[in-house]
Amino acid sequence: MRHDQARWTEEGAYEPLLSETRTETAEPGDALPDDLTRDGLELPAPAEPEVARHYTRLAQMTYGVDSGPFPLGSCTMKYNPKFTDALAGRPEGAVHPDRPDEALQGTLAVCHGLQRHLAAIGGMDAVSLQPPAGAAGEFTGIHVARAHHRANGDERSEVLVPEGAHGTNFATAAMAGYDVVEVPAGDDGRVDLDALRAAAGPETAALMLTNPNTLGLFERDIQAIADVVHDAGGLLYYDGANLNALLGRARPGDMGFDVMHYNVHKTFATPHGGGGPGAGPVGVTEELAPYLPAPVVEEREDGYRRVEPLRSIGKVHGFHGNWPAVVRAYAYIARLGDEGLRAASANAVLNANYLAERIDFDIPYGPFHHEFVASADRDAADVAKRMLDYGVHPPTTKWPEAVDEALMTEPTEAESLADLDRLAEAFDQVARDDDETLRNAPERTAARRVDQTDAARNPRLSWQALDEE
Amino acid sequence: MTGDANPYVPHSDAERATMLDAVGADGVEDLFDVPDGVRFDGDFGIPSRDERSVRREVRDTLGANADVTEFLGRGHYDHYVPAVVDDLADRSEFLTSYTQYQPEIAQGFLQALFEYQSLLVELTGLPVANASMYDAATALGEAALLADRVRATHGDAIYVPETLRAERRAVLDTYVAGPGLTVETYPTAEGTADVAGLRAALGDDAILVYAETPTVRGCVEPALSAVGDAAEDAGALFCVGSDPVALSLLERPADAGADVVVGDASVLGLGASYGTGLGVFATREEYLRQVPGRLVGASEDASGRRAYTLTLQTREQHIRRERATSNICTNQAHLALRAAVHAAWLGPDGLVALAERCVELPRNLAAEFDGVAGVRAPVDDRHPFREFVAETARPADEVAAALLDRGYAVHAVDDHEVQVCVTETTADETDGLIAALTEVA
Repeated sequence: MRHDQARWTEEGAYEPLLSETRTETAEPGDALPDDLTRDGLELPAPAEPEVARHYTRLAQMTYGVDSGPFPLGSCTMKYNPKFTDALAGRPEGAVHPDRPDEALQGTLAVCHGLQRHLAAIGGMDAVSLQPPAGAAGEFTGIHVARAHHRANGDERSEVLVPEGAHGTNFATAAMAGYDVVEVPAGDDGRVDLDALRAAAGPETAALMLTNPNTLGLFERDIQAIADVVHDAGGLLYYDGANLNALLGRARPGDMGFDVMHYNVHKTFATPHGGGGPGAGPVGVTEELAPYLPAPVVEEREDGYRRVEPLRSIGKVHGFHGNWPAVVRAYAYIARLGDEGLRAASANAVLNANYLAERIDFDIPYGPFHHEFVASADRDAADVAKRMLDYGVHPPTTKWPEAVDEALMTEPTEAESLADLDRLAEAFDQVARDDDETLRNAPERTAARRVDQTDAARNPRLSWQALDEE
Repeated sequence: MTGDANPYVPHSDAERATMLDAVGADGVEDLFDVPDGVRFDGDFGIPSRDERSVRREVRDTLGANADVTEFLGRGHYDHYVPAVVDDLADRSEFLTSYTQYQPEIAQGFLQALFEYQSLLVELTGLPVANASMYDAATALGEAALLADRVRATHGDAIYVPETLRAERRAVLDTYVAGPGLTVETYPTAEGTADVAGLRAALGDDAILVYAETPTVRGCVEPALSAVGDAAEDAGALFCVGSDPVALSLLERPADAGADVVVGDASVLGLGASYGTGLGVFATREEYLRQVPGRLVGASEDASGRRAYTLTLQTREQHIRRERATSNICTNQAHLALRAAVHAAWLGPDGLVALAERCVELPRNLAAEFDGVAGVRAPVDDRHPFREFVAETARPADEVAAALLDRGYAVHAVDDHEVQVCVTETTADETDGLIAALTEVA
């Protein structure tokens, strides 16, 4: 299959910037004295029809899950059911968070419902919906661990992170004030138990682990891993990025994890929106429930109440998180129920295995689940650019580093057999294309290869900066 | 196998059999490499419902929210969102795309974010604005961490107004716990900074002074430059909290000496959304490489045309790991797009006119409040923006509860103080509010 992305061009540019069409300068009137007001406000002044065309063209020059296959590893780009959009915009849900609880019973009921469902799915005892993204969930979880240790009079200084973990894990631990101790992987791509034993100790606050890990492999020694960490007095943190592999097959709580986050924009199909808003709810065991950020929604005899847990870490969002993602995730889970969720994981894993079987690339590690990491055996970034010409979004490239020139591929359950075959064809066609073709790719996207080096060396981050040139 | 159980899986049973055959598995369960000891064989107890039923259920559930008119603000505001925002921003190419790791196929979204950044550059007067943070509170937290990176040798104290919203303070406390910074408060008067009090409070360990305009009590800060001067004299960065509607009218923070501007841009394009935010983060050129989050820059493509890309990614977690400027990855990109569409639709005249209504509406409503027996308003002798504080002879929580019974929500902010926010979305309901207040005050 081929793909020619829409392309609007003019001399030296694609769709013009709004600032290049018509700008006007508005002067403040006399609502405020002059010394409190700005000078003129100079901004584009398009009429509504011009706004509509501008953004329609920009949409046409953007590729989403609805455009075609999007096997971006680690990101779970699954189909986003349309009916949830309508629910996210319901006027009854367009409320202010400072309403008293009794005037907010509907919103709190949805929150409580999602807390309950997530707890069941993760095998956790309590859930906070507050973190607005996965990384915010990690930040929350590590603060929960820190509060737990402090309550035991225990200052610990280190967080263990496997070498192949998401970059956010390292950054989160550092941001929460911990030293990061990298745990090397064994030859099989999983946590090396001996290395873990050597790294774990009285300074270990937590181990942050993704399971299946970033190579798609289930950490088979998870119970032993949990024992090592717990014996050292640390907690086990589950990064929920890969939960779509396990729905109904295994639960973090049963594996020995104490605290976890869920990525609702991955596992529970809320739209990625070009980079958010998502949500990263955090689940914990009963022992850690008192540390959750405030508020948590509880069901009482007189209705739903927002409650501050007894020894709460405080807050990680100014209010209660990203409501549109919360209501969408609730609706998705309600639509699917147990069997539909199990089927999501079953088909995600089947699709990854089928695609891997179909392509002629080395996949050094297995058995994998919902994603696999193939080796491009040449510049993976070039391979990705050429895949764009075959009408698919490429995998995540050059990561994890355990695989040379990695193509981290996660097709999700939403790809049909026909689309998986097309995707496989794209992989294999690129493999047959010569280096020159790859270096010149892409050709059929709106823009040709973008010079990233120049963008970084000579930063122009606004139309004002362009005007100064 | 349970294909029919998930309507978002396209496979027929025959196709699934073909695929299983291709991978050499008897059944899909064979593909799960999960040891018996941790296999889950229970159920979640969640029944499946059809789409119509779920829609009705959620609609009915949300219907339990009381039907009240919200005169609520204090950091989350409702402005009218034109239909063009939903229609264009919800186009599925935008909504179902993700972080623009492949710029060639994501030019549209990148350009929208570039235009959003440019909007904030014009509004703040600062040359660098990122593509979003989660909300105003986390943006303030990130500003504190930036101050720590660039002023680490100077000290470790962040100064905030004593009136800072408690939740915003709680988020800041969480963010500064990592590097072990302290948060100090400075006094306020008439709802804005007490500059003499601030100067007296500021220690030589100050690394960041934070001030809002409008403040949490709805007051336009009349001495923003003086606050900035105090910060500068103490060797601290000056961080201003505001929003794009207010900045369409108020003096540009850069002109008052701001080093960082944070705030909530979801006042454009979102409306009331149970506190969902769109964090603003703008700063000076010299701190460019210390900025958290995504930045979109202009460059050229192989055809010689201007094109956009995520840039300076070596600041970010996926490259720099524990040395990243922040752990943020997924942010609020779609809300930035919504804000950009809304701002384009308003244009500069529309933005200034909206901001001026945000001064006139609370000014007029405060005057009406002042005419009600048992009420004095405004309490603060300042120009209002969207909201004001009124003193009530009756305990404020009783007044707020009695108003709620009559269908109007206001804040009770002190024993005898209520706070009232009014925008164009509630401007037609003020007669009813005054009538109710007259009964209960």
